[in-house]
Amino acid sequence: MKKQILIILVAVIALSCGENKKSSESSNSEMLSGTIQVDGSSTVFPVTEAVAEEYRTEQPDVKVTIGVSGTGGGFKKFSRGETNISNASRPIKDIEIEACKENNITYVELEVAYDGLAVLVNPENTWVDSFTIEELKKIWEPAAQGKIMKWNQIRPEWPNEEIHLFGPGVASGTYDYFTEAIVGKSGSSRGDFTASEDDHVLVQGIAGDKYSLGFFGLAYYTENADKLTLIGVHNGTEVVKPTLETVSNGTYKPLSRPLFIYVNSTSVKSPEVVDFVNFYLNNAGELAEDVGYIPLPADIYKKQIENFKTFVESNK
Amino acid sequence: MNNIQKNRLKDQIFKIWGIGCTLFGLVILFFFIGDILIDGIQRIDWSFITDLPSRKAEKSGIYTALMGSIWILCLTTVIALPIGIAAGIYLEEYSKKGKLSALLEINISNLAGVPSIIYGLLGLEVFVRIMSLGASVLAGSLTLSLLILPIIIVATREAIKAVPTSIKDASYALGASKWQTIWYQILPASSGGILTGVILALSRAVGETAPLIVIGALAYVPFAPSTPMDEFSVLPIQIFNWISRPQHGFIENAAAAIIILLLITFVMNGIAVYFRNKWQKKLK
Repeated sequence: MKKQILIILVAVIALSCGENKKSSESSNSEMLSGTIQVDGSSTVFPVTEAVAEEYRTEQPDVKVTIGVSGTGGGFKKFSRGETNISNASRPIKDIEIEACKENNITYVELEVAYDGLAVLVNPENTWVDSFTIEELKKIWEPAAQGKIMKWNQIRPEWPNEEIHLFGPGVASGTYDYFTEAIVGKSGSSRGDFTASEDDHVLVQGIAGDKYSLGFFGLAYYTENADKLTLIGVHNGTEVVKPTLETVSNGTYKPLSRPLFIYVNSTSVKSPEVVDFVNFYLNNAGELAEDVGYIPLPADIYKKQIENFKTFVESNK
Repeated sequence: MNNIQKNRLKDQIFKIWGIGCTLFGLVILFFFIGDILIDGIQRIDWSFITDLPSRKAEKSGIYTALMGSIWILCLTTVIALPIGIAAGIYLEEYSKKGKLSALLEINISNLAGVPSIIYGLLGLEVFVRIMSLGASVLAGSLTLSLLILPIIIVATREAIKAVPTSIKDASYALGASKWQTIWYQILPASSGGILTGVILALSRAVGETAPLIVIGALAYVPFAPSTPMDEFSVLPIQIFNWISRPQHGFIENAAAAIIILLLITFVMNGIAVYFRNKWQKKLK
């Protein structure tokens, strides 16, 4: 009986190794064990979760746990040395770098995917075909509150109707990113718009109101493409709509952002962390697409892998 | 229309208004449950209970979150039950009525009204950091114990107050000591009320998310806790996590997980009602 189980086990392991050709270059042939603690952004969470899930078939004894304290909360733990890897939807801030230095934590920053922000209107809206950054700024900047209330204030040929704005809650990274890219200052915008932490509410709001305008993560648009109209944004040379291609090659500017993981130097002394991060970088492209994000170009992944390799060597 | 008729009319109007108020809450509850059932019921099967979380909605399950919730529930009971009941007995039977006990009383009532996230911050500092328990099941249970202790204490005191003085007097008259009176007379007579309070407090604990997120409970754990020091996730966190995903399949998953969570609280409330009825009959 025991022998049979052993044979089945060996067969399963052999099979799973054979199937995962794409990852074989990163994985050690030996079986690893240990725990890897990841915390941080809830935006990056789905990517890391997908990687952890696939990694389970590769190294079943390595236990990867993921928290969702938010980018800032994650860095707080990371700078205390409480986590191995931090998920982040923005680069680390100066004050967080200071905190890491105080605790002698050195780290490497790795890009894992892109997230696009989509600007959307109701499908019955026939007049808008594109926005420029200036127009979006005119609509969303703090000075617009109570003043820019009608569509024809943006372009005179647009209807003399009230404009109804929808956007993510002010505590979200998406809101921070949008205001930074459009208004120029993170967290600064008009206050008289319908804000919701639940993007499904925004989808409903825009889909049910002819004179609405809103923004949120591209993944929510992809899931609700039949109820919404995606509007292209002028990037300085041409009007671009966010797609897999335009976000990935960087022409959809400035409303696409990279997502990061940060790995600390003490953690890369453990082989399971090194193996996991390599597995992450080798598979992030495909898995990011699975969960609604956009993969980096292949050469950028290559560069991340090289960066990580040098980081590991320098901390041996 | 004379005065009597007028008053009867007022009475009728108030009655109808009262019925409306009673139904208001119920109708909304039924609407909510109906909506959740439509979304989630077809998603519930055995593999939903036994699968690990996954990026694919249809392959995802609640196993680790459910086990985490059960662990939290059991440990919280073990910690909060004896402390809460003992504190209730002390306040009701032993403490001298004075300024100190008045102060204690006010503070316990105040504690019952503190937002749960504050308990989370307290738990993070004291249990997770100072006692260095980490984001473990034990730290989570201790935090939730703090959260529900005031409820248990208040419930215990109310239940003890409701015990007829004649029972106490009879016990003392027969020569029983204070401890004997409490152990053999007061506690059995009030246990229905105490249990109801405890179970209602625990049903609150099982639905809490905020304090557990603050202490660092996880959103993805590929294993069920096997010791109190293991890291964990709980059902409300899993639900919260699924609701914020764009893919429609996760909304179904969330609805299905809400049904399981509702079932747990309904069963617990059912147990509370059962005990209350049983003990009340015994008393008569």
